[in-house]
Amino acid sequence: MPVAWTRKDLLGLRELSREEIGLILSTAESFKEVSTREIKKVPALRGRTVVNMFYEPSTRTRVSFEIAAKRLSADVINIASETSSVRKGETLIDTGKNIEALKVDIIVVRHNYSGAAAMLARNLRASVINAGDGWHEHPTQALLDMFTLKEKLGRIEGLNVSIVGDIAHSRVARSNIWGLTKLGARVMVCAPKMLIPAAIEEMGVKATDDIDEALSNADAVNVLRMQFERDGESAFPRQLEYFKKFGITRERLEKAKKDIIVMHPGPLNRGIEIASDIADGGNSVILEQVTNGIAVRMAALFLVAQANENITHDNID
Amino acid sequence: MTILIKNGRLIDPGNNIDGVYDILTEGAKISRVAKKISGSADNMIDASGKIVMPGIVDMHVHLREPGREDKETIVTGTRAALKGGVTSLLAMPNTQPAIDCAENIKGLKRIIDKSAAVNVLICAAITIGRNGKELSGIARLKKEGVSAISDDGASVDDEQLMSEAMKIAAREGLLVISHCEDKALASGGVVNLGAISTMLGLRGISRESEYRRVERDLRLAKKSRARLHIAHVSCKQSVELIARAKAEGVKVTAEAAPHHLLLTEDELLGFDTNLKMNPPLRSREDRDALKEGLINGVIDVIASDHAPHTENEKAIEFERAEFGVIGLETELAATITGLLKSGSMDWPLLAAKLSLNPSKILGIDKGALGVGMDADIIVISADTEWAVEKDGFVSKSKNSAFLGKRLSGVVEYTIVNGNLAYRNPGHA
Repeated sequence: MPVAWTRKDLLGLRELSREEIGLILSTAESFKEVSTREIKKVPALRGRTVVNMFYEPSTRTRVSFEIAAKRLSADVINIASETSSVRKGETLIDTGKNIEALKVDIIVVRHNYSGAAAMLARNLRASVINAGDGWHEHPTQALLDMFTLKEKLGRIEGLNVSIVGDIAHSRVARSNIWGLTKLGARVMVCAPKMLIPAAIEEMGVKATDDIDEALSNADAVNVLRMQFERDGESAFPRQLEYFKKFGITRERLEKAKKDIIVMHPGPLNRGIEIASDIADGGNSVILEQVTNGIAVRMAALFLVAQANENITHDNID
Repeated sequence: MTILIKNGRLIDPGNNIDGVYDILTEGAKISRVAKKISGSADNMIDASGKIVMPGIVDMHVHLREPGREDKETIVTGTRAALKGGVTSLLAMPNTQPAIDCAENIKGLKRIIDKSAAVNVLICAAITIGRNGKELSGIARLKKEGVSAISDDGASVDDEQLMSEAMKIAAREGLLVISHCEDKALASGGVVNLGAISTMLGLRGISRESEYRRVERDLRLAKKSRARLHIAHVSCKQSVELIARAKAEGVKVTAEAAPHHLLLTEDELLGFDTNLKMNPPLRSREDRDALKEGLINGVIDVIASDHAPHTENEKAIEFERAEFGVIGLETELAATITGLLKSGSMDWPLLAAKLSLNPSKILGIDKGALGVGMDADIIVISADTEWAVEKDGFVSKSKNSAFLGKRLSGVVEYTIVNGNLAYRNPGHA
């Protein structure tokens, strides 16, 4: 029986079933072709309004959502706030309700606090798509990672996928763990011990601080951005040390499977978590991930809009 | 005034009574308990099919007055208490200003005398301003009639200072209540450290931050011979440490809150800020250890840790929301539902945890229904179910961990010092 999408929001992959994740991926497949047309537009969301509400600096995710919405013919407004709602004085719920009062259909939210998207969704009738909340989840990033993997390797089930980097503070890692394990992949996370969060094994993954172990049997490696910039100048020796111990280099990949897929959610720190020649090399699918992000986000926007419309109609009936 | 309660099932663990009895109050005291009391009284209550037990004595309540009357006042807090069957409570000193000197105690007493609907006992601060730097005049506080001292909401980090406080408290015969938390170890956490904090992407509060401090304060109590009461125990290791200390003869008692006894961190996956409190909801293993400790006597008392906060302080991002939940109006129903109906304990044991034991610890003539005791009595319909909803609360704040749940047990009458202070308005 084909599964139907009934959720008004996309907040994370933890609460989704295997079938729901599959539905987003197959919907994305059908949207991918749109971006290859001369006229890159379909009327699916014509007359709908999407607001990108970004409380953290982000170019790539915001632009990807904006292009996705426009290729679905939606009207798009971007609200970027370098400062969080905390500083502005207005609560996040109030901001959300004000945007909703402008008769907006979908709010795409990026926020520095874990749980912010869920809070907004609970308080609004508009659809909410989580574009990253704190350390919690970044579902569309994980979906585009899985979409890319599936496109490259034909399946997710049975794959060995390693995620390397600052697992503790990574929403990308969490969403990938939920999605990949639900679809039957074996996931290993790899980081310095202090960046592996408590009881991570209970999410159904193995953890290691040995990069060679993480790479040895992997069909794909997802390399996370290391955020040393907060530490300023003093970060440099630690960056070098990190690269020595965990950096994805030619030498390390020579010991791994020949066709190992190398992914990265961007933006890249060349020479810190990944060597330049690997980022640009034949195993890398980093730019394809960016392209696929559009199709996945088109699918997410389309599905939540449709579900929300059905919910509204049910209420009227 | 006289009140005659007839035909109820009387639960009085202090006198080993569990059976159908009549009970008569005259003035502020209980004057007779017998199988059958004939005649009439100013107020006649037919308690057929109902539970009659001593009023709840809640050792851990934040009334917020003076200073944060937007969250709760002594009027609203004590009326919430009446509805919940709480006839006496111990008010915590983390008000603004803190209850740390004779003048502030006198000020608080004036408000209590004017507006409290139940017996309010005062817990004063261990250190001035609860800053953990300098001891408040403990002997003087005792003279002002406080029932205990605590810096609740914070722990006294300075071991030397806490040791000194316990020595003085031992000499004065004053109870020391300890909020056990090593802030350095809690490292800015907002939920229990473990799989759930990892899944939520939130900083965790380790069990260690609690039990290391429990360990220290038990050691200090042993040395000083002070009477120590451990507030809101939340984890298994703390229960084990307290059990061992009791076996060694340390004068320690302990309490657990209904939310820690009945809920777990698993409920937090939706980021509900009404489930954010300190100490945090822990794992099933911890909850089970607390229940077991409650049943086998390691934990003496159920106390609510009633901590009102405004909706503005809760309807924000999880990490920014205040810690704490209200509990006065749900502690009886929650424990009836979660401990009694589930078969974990019987009525006499529940009444001991809610009423008799805290009365003994605080040294008050309450918690039992014998002749000559204070007439603090509640009449309960134990099987009446109700839904916990925001609109139903008498408390000024609505931040309940049990919102949306169905609980069993409604207070029909609350008698405080011989006065019929509350009658269930929904009662036919």
